[in-house]
Amino acid sequence: MNGNVAIDVRGLHKSFGETEVLRSVDLTVYSGEVVVIMGPSGSGKTTLIRCMNLLDEPDAGSVTVHGRTLSYPARGSGRSRRRLIRDIRVRTAMVFQHLNLFPHMTVLQNVIEGPISVRRLPRPYAVEMGERLLAHVGLGDKRDEYPARLSGGQRQRVAIARALAMEPEVILLDEPTSALDPELGAEVLQTMRSLAACGMTMVVITHEIPFAREVADRVAFMDAGYILEEQRPSVFFGAPATARARSFLHLMTEDDDPRPGLEQTG
Amino acid sequence: MNPLVPPMPGLLTGVAVTLLLGVTSFVLGLVLGGLVTLARLCRNRPLRVAAIAYVSVFRGTPPLVQLMLVYFGLPQLGVRIPPIPSAILTFTLYAGAYLSENLRGGVLAVERGQWDAAGSMGMSHGLALRRVVLPQALRVATPAIGSRFISLMKDTSLASVITVVELTRVAETSGSSSFRYVEAFTVAGAVYWLINTVLSAGQETLERRLGRAYA
Repeated sequence: MNGNVAIDVRGLHKSFGETEVLRSVDLTVYSGEVVVIMGPSGSGKTTLIRCMNLLDEPDAGSVTVHGRTLSYPARGSGRSRRRLIRDIRVRTAMVFQHLNLFPHMTVLQNVIEGPISVRRLPRPYAVEMGERLLAHVGLGDKRDEYPARLSGGQRQRVAIARALAMEPEVILLDEPTSALDPELGAEVLQTMRSLAACGMTMVVITHEIPFAREVADRVAFMDAGYILEEQRPSVFFGAPATARARSFLHLMTEDDDPRPGLEQTG
Repeated sequence: MNPLVPPMPGLLTGVAVTLLLGVTSFVLGLVLGGLVTLARLCRNRPLRVAAIAYVSVFRGTPPLVQLMLVYFGLPQLGVRIPPIPSAILTFTLYAGAYLSENLRGGVLAVERGQWDAAGSMGMSHGLALRRVVLPQALRVATPAIGSRFISLMKDTSLASVITVVELTRVAETSGSSSFRYVEAFTVAGAVYWLINTVLSAGQETLERRLGRAYA
């Protein structure tokens, strides 16, 4: 962590119709940090990280990504605002729970699409980078396969390589392992560990407690549209401050998941 | 000696005119349909409304009525269009309305997540449509578009009522001069069938190619 702010969100509010999903959320993510967001479903986790990428625009509050600030309710001309939104999106890559790979493109094409069509990098350069990233996530030999021929874990690693190819300031990952069985999830978690070790700034929604303990610099616990706690993992998992977090963690660890390593070890 | 079929002078020309009407109207209709689909998906409300109105009118009225209006109706307003261009114009408008709906169906079939993934990497609406959504939409829409092409090929026979000498008109002329309608129209029918068999084969090949990634 070098003290630079990567993402700063202030006072975010977001409603979908009558439902208030975010009610005044503040969160600062520093460069090189790994922040894990946990919380029960419906607590606003996904909406929060979608707001960080502006896939969902908040009703009120502000989003700052590497010094570029967008405030809500929206002011200013539509055109310059749209450009700013695109600029922020380019800098905050997103990996989705449901592997949104482009099915009509090969693995390599998926990875180099953004660099070529959005960042306007020369093709040979993008291809070289794409191959390097695929090798990094252990899929160097799959470059010409279509996503339909890959396992879920391989697809999710392609999605991570695709996100990295944007050379973003931050990667936002929305439950990247929850659609995978434990074995395939482990491949993806391993990839994420190596990213963290490289100093990549990450915001990860996950229920993987061992991963959060080991990799996260901070855990933000959300419930009902608020961040209730923001703690170092040793503090959060050892002695959560709120009753809500205690009962959530209790349910999580009581889960009849037979995976070794999920039981609490101090 | 009584040959199997009556003399059908101009049969080849008739086939050529049928192909000209069908292929030209299909290609132009596909371009028009594509533009109408874009209009229906865009942010501009008047454009959206215009697109919906167009589809409603040209899909909701018989092509024969449209053809008559263009060829016999427009001259009353001082606009005179020769038979073949009249037919191409009408069939283009008619096919465009259907094809835009086929394409729109394809776009709607593409998962929301694909727009998200494209948007999250900073693609504009137009770029996402062009690079991510339309290629997938086209695959979904191919069977419907192929059927529309085949229908259109048969619908071109309507042009015979506005004096266009295409396949059906050739058969009619031959039948009435030889009184051998059965043979003349059997030949015409067989030629339509042959053309459409080729089109179906083309559609299948295209479907296979577009489906390669999904096998």
